[in-house]
Formats: sequence, C-alpha cells, structure tokens
Amino acid sequence: MSNEIDVVRSSLPQAQRPDRSRRVDVGGIEVSVVEWGDEAAQPILLAHGGFDFAGTWDLFAPLLAERGFRVVAWDQRGHGDSDMAALYTWEADMRDAAHVIESLETDKPIPVLGHSKGGGMMNQLAEVLPHRVSAVINLDGIPNKRGFTNQIDRSDVNALAAELTGWLDHRRRAGQMNRRADTIEGLAERRQLMNPRLSMEWLQYLVTVGARCDDDGWRWKIDPTLRFGPSGAWRPEWAIPRLRGLHVPYLGVIGTVKEEMGWGTTPDEAFPILPEGAEFHALADTGHFVHIERPEYVAEMTVNFLGRVL
Amino acid sequence: MTTIFLDHVRSQLALHQLRNGKGNPLLILHGLGERSPSSVPGIVRGWNGPIFALDFTGHGASTVPVGGGYTCEALMSDADAVLAEIGPLTLLGYGLGGYVGLLLFGSRPTEINGLIIMDGPGLDGGGGRPTSPMLVRVSQSDLDGSAPDPWALAELASDVRPPSYAADHVRQIQVLSGMDTAVVVACLGRPEWLTATLESPVIVESDVTSALSTFSSI
Repeated sequence: MSNEIDVVRSSLPQAQRPDRSRRVDVGGIEVSVVEWGDEAAQPILLAHGGFDFAGTWDLFAPLLAERGFRVVAWDQRGHGDSDMAALYTWEADMRDAAHVIESLETDKPIPVLGHSKGGGMMNQLAEVLPHRVSAVINLDGIPNKRGFTNQIDRSDVNALAAELTGWLDHRRRAGQMNRRADTIEGLAERRQLMNPRLSMEWLQYLVTVGARCDDDGWRWKIDPTLRFGPSGAWRPEWAIPRLRGLHVPYLGVIGTVKEEMGWGTTPDEAFPILPEGAEFHALADTGHFVHIERPEYVAEMTVNFLGRVL
Repeated sequence: MTTIFLDHVRSQLALHQLRNGKGNPLLILHGLGERSPSSVPGIVRGWNGPIFALDFTGHGASTVPVGGGYTCEALMSDADAVLAEIGPLTLLGYGLGGYVGLLLFGSRPTEINGLIIMDGPGLDGGGGRPTSPMLVRVSQSDLDGSAPDPWALAELASDVRPPSYAADHVRQIQVLSGMDTAVVVACLGRPEWLTATLESPVIVESDVTSALSTFSSI
C-alpha cells in the first residue's frame, strides 16, 4: 500500500508533507497541529476551509517555509487527524484556533492566513484577539450579503422545508454513518465534482494525506456527522461591518471564477467592505482554491505583503 | 417513571416516560441547565395522553460530551430523535425548550401537534442580534463531566436568535402544519424572537390550561 502512496505522491514532487506534527488539547478533545520550516523562524498560522484539512496546504505551505516562515496549520475538529467531537460550531472552531496560537508559546502577535471558512475565521480572530494578530491574509473567504453560492431562498417554503428536514434526517442517521470506501482514484473523482478546477494529480495526492486506508478501501478523514447547512441563525451579512472594523494590515485575495464551494463574492462587493488600507487582489481565471491553482503567485504575494507590513 | 436511552449521533439521550396511556403524547422540554421532572408536573395533569420528558445533550441523565459546541439546532435534533422513536406528539417547552420546540415544529410541521411555550431558563439566549464576538471559555476545573455541562450553560446563553429566523420557522408552521392554532404562548417573557412570532395567526397568547385542552383533543 505504501507503494501506491509513493506512486501517487511522486507525480507531485513539489508537494511536501509537514516537517513536524503534535497534538494540542483544546478542552477535552485534541487537534492535530503540523508545521513546515525552521522552528525559530517567524510563525504564521494557516486555517483551512470547511471539509478540507491541513494537508491541503502541502503545496502552498512549503513555499512560505522556504521563504523564511515557520508555517503552522491544524486540522479543525472532525477533520483530518484531529479528534471527532460530539458537537460542532463556528465558536468552538474559533476557540480551537486560539488554543493552537497559545501552543506556540509566544506573546508576540503573529500573521494569520485563512482560506474560505478559515478566512472567515481569521477575520473574526483579528477582532476577538487583536493583540494576537499582526496581519490577516484572506484567501477567497471575504463575505457578501448573499452568503454561499448554494444558499437557498428562506422565504421559499418548500425549499426551506427540504433543507430543514434534510438536516434532521441526516442527524437521525449520523450516528451509524461511515464515509464511503473507494479507491484513491474513486475518492479523487468524487471530490473533483465539488472542486472541478483542481487537477486529478492533486486530488489523488489529497486522498493519500486526507483519507485513511481501511481493509475495504480509502475513506476521507472527515466526520460523517458533518453536513453543509442549514447554517442555523447565522447570517452572512453580520460579518460585513466587522470586517470593515479590523485595524490590522490586511491582504484580501479572491478568485473570480465562481465555484460550488466558493462564496461568490465579487470584487465590487469585496472592495467597499475591506478594512482601511487593505490590499486586494482579484485573480483572473482562478477559482476558489487560489493557493492551489496558483501557489507560487499567492505565496510571493503573501511574503511581499508581510515584508512590507511586519 | 421509566427511562429509556436513545442513541443519537454521539449522545445517549435520556427519555423519561412520566405517565403511560393512549392518545396524543405530550413531550416536555426543559429549560437551560435544567433536567426533566421526575413526575408529572401539576400543571399538565389534565393532559389526556401519555407524558414524556427529554433530557437534552449535556443535561440530566443524557451524555455530557467534551469540548462544547452547543447549538439550539443540535438540541432540536435531540427532540427530533424522540419524534423518530414515538411518532407525532405535542410539545411543551420551558425557556430554551420553548425556542427549541419552535425550531423543531418549523422543521417537522406535519408531525408536531401543537407547541406550548412556557417561561424558563434560557428563553432569551444571547438576544436577537449579534453583539461583539468573544471567545466563550469555561474553567477547566468546572468540567468534571457532570450535568449540566458548563459549555451548554455558556454557549446557549449567548447564541443569537434573530426574529427573522424564528419568523422563518413560523411561516413553515403556518403554511404546512394545517393547524388553526399551532403555538400557544403561555409565558410572560417576550424576547425579540418570540415577539416576532406573534404576528402569525396560528400563534396565540393564552394560558397553559386552555392550551392543553386545545391540543389534547388532537
């Protein structure tokens, strides 16, 4: 089996597994923390998106590490090698992020970078712990009033009924659920349905780091009790005035090609709500995963930005 | 009283049967930090059918999970596990249980035979709109695994309950339940989310005795 992994990973020699890993107690459950680069270098915290895991940084994080950063990422609870929890909320994920920062044992504020959901989380982290954050880099996680691309119209009674009962039906089954077992190629093909712009080489690589090999095949290491929506009482527009109110150096990057997993925020929507003095880049011909589609470009932009503001 | 445990997601939920009988069941949902009553409360003695009470996750005899992460939606799914077990029923919710009951009614509008909202702990939550975000923390020394879970107390006293969100659920009840009177507001408290529901013709302000009488005959 390790041979199979070697073959898959050899097609992407530029992707690198982390140099170190450890576990951090976040209040009874543990999250997996990984690092690339010199331990004595300037730390930067990376927050992955929903239904992703720290291994999705294997292309991007080494580029920051080789440019002189200690790159720290973690698997959010229920994702990757972190423990599964009984309950999940945005607030619990925020607490976990704070625990990971505390585990670095530095009093100095650090730059934070997040993709998608992780970008939204880092926006909030800079508000709730401003003394811990020296800069924010947000990769396609800038909010808009409409919410996610696939958000339903809640005034449509039938659509809302389907969403609400669908979520409850999922919860009724969730305790007995297991993720579907498949081959590396099969899991990669399924993930490509949601991430159509990502290459099969990359998606197969992701299987080898984000799935586990059971007797009957590979399964994603993502808690099967997790499910998209409904987002409860939370409203996307709540995040907008808060973003405007951040007072840290801020780099916003969005992809301009709309995708199922993306938020669909346009440059016209993003620009007026960014913090004062923010840098903003809308990447042409790039989808939601800006750091995977254009790792060198985004890493260079990130390092140049941090060189100016830190 | 007899108690059975329902396996639900990663919790075991304690469902107490306070009274046997035939007919439309009544399910009592307790308030924040509370647990189910151990016998039939005097106020519902006039109910015709069987009477049940559920301990939410982190409360009473139900599982106290580690790491927090409570939402009213997760508690709604706790109550939905009872619906899966015993079928259509009428809800009586105290405080937090009243709000959770409204969410469940809006999500399963054809399977709930009415809801009575009573005063009790956790009726307001964190109010109708978001305030300054903060990291909710609980002292490690308080986390000894006993109920009520300190994470539940902290997180379900600070969750946002927008009036529009409650109104969305009321619209589902109004359109889909087929009931003329679906929810009886029998409490004095008027958090924003509850005030918003009162605009609907299927929601009335009344007392618990007449509410029980209305729903008992279903």
